[in-house]
Amino acid sequence: MSIHPTLKTISRYAASDPGLDEASVWSLEVHLEGCADCRARLAGSTTDESRAVIATIAGRLDAQIAADPAPPRPAKVRLPLRQRLFVTTLLPWIAMTVAVLAAAALLNHFLPQLPSVVLLLAPLAPLPGVAAAWSRRADPAWELVSSTPATGLTMLLRRTAAVLALVVPVLAVAGGFQQLALMLLPSLAFTAAALLLGSAIGVHRAAIALMVAWTTVVVAPSIAAADLPALLEPASAGAWAALTVVLTALTFLRAASFRRLPLS
Amino acid sequence: MRAVTTAETAATTHPWAIHAQALKVRAGRHLAVDGLELRLGDGVHGLLGPNGAGKTTLMRALATVARPAGGNLTLLGRPVDGRADLRPVRRALGYLPQHFGFYPRFTVREFVAYMAWLKEMPKAGIPSAVQRAIDRVGLSAKADARLKTLSGGMLRRAGIAQAIVNDPQMLLLDEPTVGLDPEQRLDFRELLRDLGTDSCVLVSTHLVEDVAAACTEVVLVNEGRLVWQGTPASLIAQGDAGHAGDSAAERGYSAILRRHRAEAAR
Repeated sequence: MSIHPTLKTISRYAASDPGLDEASVWSLEVHLEGCADCRARLAGSTTDESRAVIATIAGRLDAQIAADPAPPRPAKVRLPLRQRLFVTTLLPWIAMTVAVLAAAALLNHFLPQLPSVVLLLAPLAPLPGVAAAWSRRADPAWELVSSTPATGLTMLLRRTAAVLALVVPVLAVAGGFQQLALMLLPSLAFTAAALLLGSAIGVHRAAIALMVAWTTVVVAPSIAAADLPALLEPASAGAWAALTVVLTALTFLRAASFRRLPLS
Repeated sequence: MRAVTTAETAATTHPWAIHAQALKVRAGRHLAVDGLELRLGDGVHGLLGPNGAGKTTLMRALATVARPAGGNLTLLGRPVDGRADLRPVRRALGYLPQHFGFYPRFTVREFVAYMAWLKEMPKAGIPSAVQRAIDRVGLSAKADARLKTLSGGMLRRAGIAQAIVNDPQMLLLDEPTVGLDPEQRLDFRELLRDLGTDSCVLVSTHLVEDVAAACTEVVLVNEGRLVWQGTPASLIAQGDAGHAGDSAAERGYSAILRRHRAEAAR
């Protein structure tokens, strides 16, 4: 900051003294721009003549501003939640999941000797939706969206949350609100597993692999033996919860794999 | 004393906004960009080349949509190949794909605002930035119309609006003039010149005339490689009356391509 000009210089400037040379005027003006104290001193030193000029200008400006139409305010943009979450066409996949679960519930109703088919299929319920959430087919503007910084694990998690918000109530209803923990925890664990495995081989392939594996290893033998496996006994709920937490934590470590949408 | 912002005094750490070395990018199984060397600074650059030259694949790689299969790619001084963090580059990026899908029920304003939100712009600045982008492409009258009611040219302009909403340092436009009428194309050239003063604009097009009129530099690619790079004036100087084309720039374009093909055949 330069040295403050003397009050005498300021008064001479205010009176537009011709004796003040151009270089001093410049340096004074530069100082005044940055120094509120000196501006206040200048205001105190103004002559009646310049005060009259300023008052006239202010009056005319006010009149002109009042006469002009108000500048148009940019219209407020509303972005409802619906648009942020459901720009993707996840709904067909969710509808298919609902249909399968409804069929399973009916099967249990008419063939009570079978083990709970809804419980057996519950872990797989979110997977079709999750697979669709991270594929370019699900989003018409995928090419635009995937060039933005929002693309990444956060976007995938947001879409997965949307899928779960739709699938979980359906699961609860299909299971008749029985054994809620065993309905929900395995499905959360499978969702986390699909994301973690997806970071290596693609979410789409991971979802298919998990569905095939669970169906052949657990669902088919259980229906054949007409008995629920130990995995789905009430005692294993804690293990499912722990598995969900571990898999989710590992998925966060693999966040770098989700920076680009898969092109195929 | 005038306050100098940090943006004005910031050292430019990157001599080139776009720097590709031996870049390879796949389109499906085919290597559409194969060993491309490219250095582009600020200004408007026209990307020319025959069909299948790899223009769109190159654009996708530069937009960080496609992962490079080989070579080095540095955008705005940051490497974007491999596992690098892409967010800083993507925030400074504007991209209009060749075919852009859109949400038919969104209005133009909602669409541009949604893209601004995805580009992580500060929330308070979004409404005014959206209005400005829509004004700049001349869609103000249709700002609250749904996208499904727009004509092809208007949709293209809505696409340009979303690309420039964040004042990108790097703007990639793939066939932006398709569907624009002659008057809109003139306005668009004016907009391009304006944008190119302080950012790197790369325009892929088939219209040699657009390039000659609005670009500061011409980049010609064929079969995934850089064939020629120079000013529009030197492009015009390459051709003479003996070459195919209706204008001096078109003759220059076909002269360079013919010479390149003759060299490749040898």
